[in-house]
Amino acid sequence: MLKTRIIPCLDVADGRVVKGVNFVGLRDAGDPVDAAIAYDAAGADELCFLDIHATHENRGTMFDMVRRTAEHCYIPLTVGGGVREVADVRALLLAGADKVSFNSAAVANPDVVAQAADQFGSQCIVAAIDAKTVSPGKWEIFTHGGRKPTGIDAVEFAVLMMKKGAGEILLTSMDRDGTKQGFNLPLTRAISDAVSIPVIASGGVGTLDHLVDGVTKGGASAVLAASIFHFGEYTVHEAKQYMAAAGIPMRLT
Amino acid sequence: MLTAIIDYESGNLHSAHKAFQRMAREANAGEVIVTTDPDTIARADRIVLPGDGAFPACMAALKGKSGIYDAMIEAVEVKARPFLGICVGMQLMATWGREYEDTRGLDWVGGEVTRITPADPKLKVPHMGWNDLVIDAHHAVFDGIATGDHTYFVHSYHMAVTDPAQRLAHVEYASDVTAVIGRDNMVGMQFHPEKSQTTGLRMISNFLTWQP
Repeated sequence: MLKTRIIPCLDVADGRVVKGVNFVGLRDAGDPVDAAIAYDAAGADELCFLDIHATHENRGTMFDMVRRTAEHCYIPLTVGGGVREVADVRALLLAGADKVSFNSAAVANPDVVAQAADQFGSQCIVAAIDAKTVSPGKWEIFTHGGRKPTGIDAVEFAVLMMKKGAGEILLTSMDRDGTKQGFNLPLTRAISDAVSIPVIASGGVGTLDHLVDGVTKGGASAVLAASIFHFGEYTVHEAKQYMAAAGIPMRLT
Repeated sequence: MLTAIIDYESGNLHSAHKAFQRMAREANAGEVIVTTDPDTIARADRIVLPGDGAFPACMAALKGKSGIYDAMIEAVEVKARPFLGICVGMQLMATWGREYEDTRGLDWVGGEVTRITPADPKLKVPHMGWNDLVIDAHHAVFDGIATGDHTYFVHSYHMAVTDPAQRLAHVEYASDVTAVIGRDNMVGMQFHPEKSQTTGLRMISNFLTWQP
């Protein structure tokens, strides 16, 4: 049986983890590669790096980080942030990323997702969607870290991304991100029901029950979280045990 | 001892290269190189064929490099070198690919590759993530591996094997999904062993020391 995935996400800027990661025994709390190795050992099902200050000048730092991670971690790695064109996807895949996520660039030009999927296969193209509630049961795409409204309906856009060839949706609720109030479950449910590709729920995890709800109520195939793992509130293993006890199939190894 | 990972411009070979190199070092199994060179493939002791993307595109890319294709056929069919196909590299071992159009495969293991079509709409395609293996037949690549061990899958098409004896392992997703195939000196894995942590690394090591 296919298992639900737990994906720790590392926000990085200039090759360093934003706010650091607080694990027992970690050599360097700011080194994304050390953190990735620790998460791999802790039983994470995949890893995600998000370059939050991606600029042309610091791309080399990101490639080096991805390359070093791929040398030490034998689980899938998704990389996002500042991915604009097919050449960016190619460069990250060659550096060792397994999947690459498009965000603002796909909103500006949905066809870039189709071009990338045609060239490299849907399995490695993730559409990252940042959505905010605009009225009950209505969600809109926001870009630029949630600051810029686009007027685009989030559910319709998710369907468009699937049709363009995205293999997976990484859905972040901008209302919930950083609040520890839990995933936006109606949004997650609306999108996971609307698309036939896997949806990763993101934004707002504060407790292990939130992870359970994302799957059982939101219909997500995977859950992404950052701070609850980075600051040692829960280990990945504890989260998996908890979700398994709630009846969700998990990889407990 | 030389293991050649064939580069026919299908996907990311960096992680596969690193995983095979690491296990070759640990198992004392010689050198592992990623290559586009037919002569290197011809003199390799083991051949690995990865693959990402669509069946017709992969088959065309492989055949488009006639030197590579001929060297691989010679090494595997004539010299009987141990061969491992990964993901679409495994699917290419089939008789037919039915993705977009009907495409002839290598026909090393009888069967065809068709789209995963779950009756339950809650089951997503691609089949993406960790699934637990059910081992159907003993094989050297399963040394130290047991039914219930997890490997990482990402694919929308799967292979139905004609001769049940050549399906070595499967997983459950909607119905049975073929996970490992093999006969003689050939073995194929639908999942990504290079992305399947200790279980995958162990199978890579087993392949690198396999004497068919």
